[in-house]
Amino acid sequence: MTLKATVPWTVFGLTQGKVTTRWRGKGAEPGQTAFLGMPRFDPDRCRDGCRECADACLPGAIKLVPGEDRERLSVDYGRCVVCQMCVEACPTGAFASSNDWAFGTGAREDLIWRRAAASPEGVGLKREIRRVFGRSLHIRHVDAGSCNGCESELQALNNPYYNLHRLGVFFTASPRFADLLLVTGPVTYAMRGPLLETFEAMPEPRFVMAAGTCAVSGGTNGGGYACGNGLGGVLPVDMYLPGCPPNPPAIIHALLMLLQRTPQRVRGGQLDSCDSTAGEPYA
Amino acid sequence: MSGSNTIKTEDLAAGDLVARCRDALGEGARMQFMYAWFPEGPMAPELRYVVHPGRTCPPRLWRCRPGDVPPPSLAAIAPLLSWYERETTDLCGVVFRDQPLPQPLVLLPGTRSDRPPLVPGPMPHLSYTPSPEDLPQLAGTTPEDVQLLPFGPIRADVLESVQFAFLYAGEAILHYQPQLFFKHRGMEQRFEGLAPALAAVLAERVSGIGSVAHALAYCHAVEAAADCEVPRRATWLRVLLAELERIYNHLHYLGNLCHTTTLKVGEAQGKYLEESAKQLNTAVSGSRLLRGLITPGGLRREPQLAGLAAGLAWLENEFQRYADRLAATTSHLDRLMSTGVLPPQVAFDQGATGPVERASGLDRDSRRDQSYGAYAELPPGVAIAESCDAYARQQVRIAELFNSIAIIRAVLAGLPDGPLRTECRPPPRSEGLGWAETPRGTAYYAVHLDADGRLARVKIKSPSFSNWRVFPYTVHDSNMMDYAINEASFGLTVSGCAR
Repeated sequence: MTLKATVPWTVFGLTQGKVTTRWRGKGAEPGQTAFLGMPRFDPDRCRDGCRECADACLPGAIKLVPGEDRERLSVDYGRCVVCQMCVEACPTGAFASSNDWAFGTGAREDLIWRRAAASPEGVGLKREIRRVFGRSLHIRHVDAGSCNGCESELQALNNPYYNLHRLGVFFTASPRFADLLLVTGPVTYAMRGPLLETFEAMPEPRFVMAAGTCAVSGGTNGGGYACGNGLGGVLPVDMYLPGCPPNPPAIIHALLMLLQRTPQRVRGGQLDSCDSTAGEPYA
Repeated sequence: MSGSNTIKTEDLAAGDLVARCRDALGEGARMQFMYAWFPEGPMAPELRYVVHPGRTCPPRLWRCRPGDVPPPSLAAIAPLLSWYERETTDLCGVVFRDQPLPQPLVLLPGTRSDRPPLVPGPMPHLSYTPSPEDLPQLAGTTPEDVQLLPFGPIRADVLESVQFAFLYAGEAILHYQPQLFFKHRGMEQRFEGLAPALAAVLAERVSGIGSVAHALAYCHAVEAAADCEVPRRATWLRVLLAELERIYNHLHYLGNLCHTTTLKVGEAQGKYLEESAKQLNTAVSGSRLLRGLITPGGLRREPQLAGLAAGLAWLENEFQRYADRLAATTSHLDRLMSTGVLPPQVAFDQGATGPVERASGLDRDSRRDQSYGAYAELPPGVAIAESCDAYARQQVRIAELFNSIAIIRAVLAGLPDGPLRTECRPPPRSEGLGWAETPRGTAYYAVHLDADGRLARVKIKSPSFSNWRVFPYTVHDSNMMDYAINEASFGLTVSGCAR
């Protein structure tokens, strides 16, 4: 419908219909299908002595470590910035681009690649949050030195497409009202103090989420003279979400996981199969 | 193209700097930025000044080795250089004679570093004990009426960390002082020692919502150092990516501006269009911020262009309706008109760039004036406004958005075939200067390579560093109710400024 420009905004808004995604956190999401997430790793394709991927990995997510008889690759998705350089560098296809973005986890070790058969169940959340907060969550966000990419995606959560409010999740100005401290950035020397003060100002029980690879591990930007390496050793972290930046559905998935409204999908650096509960809306 | 090999470089004695700067400014030049690096070891800094002799001239370089004598500050003649000098003092340990405001800039008050962080050598150790900012003492008949409002660094909503000090009386802001460097990450130092190709990934992460333009300016610098000619198809596709970046940024800008004028549906619509643009980005590049394609020598892979023309046509139609509605909404326009006036002379002298300077009537755009890549073949329309206020800044962005769509359409219509990438290896000890027009103005990268062909020094001049310097001039003597609108109308980022 074409309306005159002078028709009131309210009428215009009503005639626009609903644009909010029904997305369900499983399988393909509209608008995200071409999104390049964490590259998948298949060590069976690796050639002996090859280190092309490790040399092309700026944040050091891929490293050669001494193994039992020879060096092997260690892959830490908590350091991955989804730049896809390893995919291009790998001569054998051991790294392949994928649409895998739902990498929120309650345990840092779930982000480190392990052979599926040997992987125990994901460690999951350390604490029961649902009993505490029911289905609602209030978030205080702190930018501890991001590149503004994570903020761009966090701000997108409140656009009509994702409409975070419908899930009972809200950003709040005061840490006194906040249940969750959501931190972006590698933690600069100057933001460390204000970050800790914010955490101290939150009432207990309080939870902490490291959003984006910088906050999880420092990523490409951490270290150096002015930055730490993310939240490790700074605050007790309940939820790690790597991604550079994590796309809005990944953030929503991690938030709902925190509320135990959706399961963790990453174990041993690999996503579970998307098929089993595809199409189920969130509880 | 944009290389130092074609850039006229002059060696100046420290004693000649003031006279030369005065002469150049008298002839209409603008100093762009300055920095220091250490080609001959930690005791011998070399200063570089990047000068635009005229609007459409290629930049020129001045090189100065001050030796043991402190070089003169040029801040009194070219005010925009003041911040670069203070940053050079903080990070490179070079002190400037007669610098009018010798306080630290990039390192917060109360920061101690055992050595200047960018001087070659071991990793410096920073210690930090927060201490109050220096604020001016306000005189007057009733100084007790003046209140101090410190705000930040953590602000309400999802925003970047930055701290503002307002000295105000009632509604009137008497003095405004931002502290922009809580987010200083030492990004320039993070480039040091990296292989040039790998560091493009880092350049994308200096200012996340300027990923394309930052990577582009960086790659232009490396390509200049390598004397490498980028294949024509890649230059066209780079233009496409850069204009897609402008589109989603400007849509975000308009949604955010509506947020500050409390036009709720206008905010929702702007941010919905931004989301749609980001989803187009994803279809094209696999990244919502268009990361992962630009590399020295061209592009890493083909962008996916199927569906882009149709998506763009839809977006243009929706945006036209949106822009028409904004133009017909007097409650919105009333808040913008005469808010945050930036006079052209202040914009020029203090270094405003991008839509901010173009909204103050300065007809400058590096895509046209210092043309790079395919912009010579795809001349961009440059939007200008004369009213110098928040309204002008909105109008420039709206016009630029339509221009960007037109440029992308031209790219799709005439995209040349051919290779995407060429070998690009800058030789040891080479250097290059590159630039690109981000959605916020011109970004420059200067790169210097070491004896092994790795990056020895990378200087980043970001547009928000320039525009944040300018912004307070529009806040002093304004009122509190207009502040948020004025800030949104500048469309600044902190990450680009603080680096």
